[in-house]
Amino acid sequence: MSAWFVEIFQVVFVVALAPGLVGLIRWIKARLQSRLGAPPGQPYRELGKLFHKEAVVSKNASWIFRFAPYAVSASTLAIAFLVPVLVVPRRLDMVGDLFVVVYLLLLGTFWLALAGLDPGSAFGGMGSSREVTVAALAEPTTATAIFSLALGAGSTNLGAIVAAALNDPWTVLTPGHLLAFAALFIVAIAETGRLPVDNPSTHLELTMIHEAMILEYSGRYLALLEWAAWLKLFVFLSLLANLFFPWGIATTLTPGALSWAIVTLLVKLALLAVVIAVMETRVAKLRLFRVPELLTASFVLALLAITSSFLLR
Amino acid sequence: MNDLGSIINALNQALPGRATVIRIARTNEIHCRVDPTAVRDLFAALSRTCGAELVLMVGNDRREDRGGFEIHYLFAHRRENWFVDAAVPAPAEDPRIVSLGTLCYPASRFEREIFDLFGVVPAGHPDPRPLVRHGFWPKDYFPLRKDAGPRTFSDDGRPFPFQEVGGEGIYEIPVGPVHAGVIEPGHFRFSVVGETIIDMKARFYFTHKGTEKLFEGRRPQEGVELAERISGDTTVGHTLAFCQAIESLSGVAVPPRARYLRVVLLELERLYNHVADFGMIANDTGFAFAHSHCFRIRERLLRLNKRASGSRLLRGSLIPGGVVQDLPRDFDLAGEVESALADFQEIVEITLANRMVTDRLEGTGQLTARTARDHGVVGFVGRASGIDTDARRDHPFAAYGELKFKVPVLESGDVKARTLVRVAEARESARLIRQALERLPAGPLSVPLNACPPFEPAFSVVEGWRGAIVHWLMADAAGKLYRVKIMDPSFVNWHSLSYALLKNIVPDFPLCNKSYNQSYSGNDL
Repeated sequence: MSAWFVEIFQVVFVVALAPGLVGLIRWIKARLQSRLGAPPGQPYRELGKLFHKEAVVSKNASWIFRFAPYAVSASTLAIAFLVPVLVVPRRLDMVGDLFVVVYLLLLGTFWLALAGLDPGSAFGGMGSSREVTVAALAEPTTATAIFSLALGAGSTNLGAIVAAALNDPWTVLTPGHLLAFAALFIVAIAETGRLPVDNPSTHLELTMIHEAMILEYSGRYLALLEWAAWLKLFVFLSLLANLFFPWGIATTLTPGALSWAIVTLLVKLALLAVVIAVMETRVAKLRLFRVPELLTASFVLALLAITSSFLLR
Repeated sequence: MNDLGSIINALNQALPGRATVIRIARTNEIHCRVDPTAVRDLFAALSRTCGAELVLMVGNDRREDRGGFEIHYLFAHRRENWFVDAAVPAPAEDPRIVSLGTLCYPASRFEREIFDLFGVVPAGHPDPRPLVRHGFWPKDYFPLRKDAGPRTFSDDGRPFPFQEVGGEGIYEIPVGPVHAGVIEPGHFRFSVVGETIIDMKARFYFTHKGTEKLFEGRRPQEGVELAERISGDTTVGHTLAFCQAIESLSGVAVPPRARYLRVVLLELERLYNHVADFGMIANDTGFAFAHSHCFRIRERLLRLNKRASGSRLLRGSLIPGGVVQDLPRDFDLAGEVESALADFQEIVEITLANRMVTDRLEGTGQLTARTARDHGVVGFVGRASGIDTDARRDHPFAAYGELKFKVPVLESGDVKARTLVRVAEARESARLIRQALERLPAGPLSVPLNACPPFEPAFSVVEGWRGAIVHWLMADAAGKLYRVKIMDPSFVNWHSLSYALLKNIVPDFPLCNKSYNQSYSGNDL
């Protein structure tokens, strides 16, 4: 099978399944709260609805407001190209390493924060200010945690890190690896706007972070932003799954290996969806000023991870 | 303990010759007429000497029969069961009264309300901004005057005079009047430094429907369907207050069975609201588990309401003179309520055992006892701030004088205290329902009303789930309603929210607001 075909297939696969993953998390959460819940396919219907609706744009909004949804979804899509999801090593491993991924994430956040400020509504500005605070605290953790893995693998290339873990499965149980997993999990929660940092299902404008920034959006713009946010969650979770539990990922391009990779990835993602749903049911949202404490803790974990990786190398 | 004689003595001493026609009515009410110049002395005598509080001020247009306006001041003692109703005249031309605004904060708001609705000027008022007045009303339009007809309105184009807070780094967040959730309209304006709230001003009266005016000209029995809709979640509370005021006016005694059934209905209403709001508070902390279960239990209680009264919101169950229907036979209401309560208690335990939830509730939105007292705060909001009042115990009505129950009071005044007070009250409600049903006397369900005496004030206080509801009314010569004044607890409680919010952060506002959960419709009337 052509290597380039696999690259394209991976992106289509990720983009197509991202809404389903969010739908699955919502459905499990509803079940845990004794509610019937919308079926996991609901986010697809929401996207379909939004793409058919008119996009209302404030008269006070500038070009930034219209451009931001494309910038955000493009940067997230670029990450989907760079992250090892189904196969290692890949052709695109040469294009970008973990630093590119981290700063592409931030590029999306940057445009989103600008878009929140642009129409001049009070809620958007509040959301942007909070999002930037969270991003500034989460970014060093992401970089440090992945870097501690890179130290073990001897490369900042994400594909190489996964391949190294695959060759020597016991590295997964080293303290550096475990600490990095904890740190990255917390960051994934914060970056993707899940509880206890942000409540994705609230209607209360004054408490929102991510939702406050996109409050002014409608129609296809909103659809793009929602899709990008779901894509981000999918990528983060696949990254967690593949960096720390790489078994099953294909190392050859045979159809059998690829099918097995798809099955194992889906199982891993479903497990992570259950973990997130259970956690979101058990926790309450943190008071805003406690969020930095949580993120500081995650940074300390990442720092410990990199120290132990360095010492135990 | 003051007896009525000593109060009358105090009035005569403080206002020699200026308080006239002093008389005792219905065993615990003192009615009198007071000279316009003596209002401040009246307030001093009743509040300082007798320890009473101003509960309500009622404007009344008596220009047709008396040639002027009349302002009624209703005083009550917090723990002793007596009332003073003092009528103060104001001339038809250029009507004005002496303001109590510098002595009593609730009075200053009643006076603003009376000016906006009747055009009676409170002379010497410290803050005469509009309260009810909508920006669209013409300057000379006072809707509760008897001669105020329909008018065409247009926007006066001026912004509402909010208090502005200036300085570097301070910005304003306008919220509402249209909100993201399915709730009523109200505009909140925050002045904020970073995330910290340094001031919040609320603007209400977007749902001003002229409720009080709609009562006028109806026969007393026809007021019930309107009273049921004053605030959708307080059907029994408002209707009971209205019926009791009518019964007091027409001088009928409600049969014992009806009095006990009224207790059951009022407590059913308290219970479903407390359960639902506990879930809503938990939901605002992001703990959706408690929310979905509390709504399940609320649904259970609403179905019990339907079985007990025929209406999920308990509508159509009260009439002046008694209750409409008996409870169905073969229906263990007390048992069903207790089982729903046990269900609720389990959810409460799970929720309050969660440290992340309690961390959000503790210390948030603290209302000090001092502020609560100054604002005349009532109900569970007051009881969470150490204000020990409950009209069911202090001014017993229906069958409450014959039943045993506790009035939970907490001191800390934060969101947690307001939540816990309501959990404890829900438990007491179930106990009251059990007691009332076990002692339910036999007998008729209602008695016919007598004719209502003309131009005689009558009132009633009912402890609804939010707090003390007061209805004050007067009939005309034909026995129809001439003036009905309604006070929902929201009128006094809403305002203290701005003080509870100080130094809290913006994302905690929805939680504070939910722990208050006051009624827009009941406030705006």
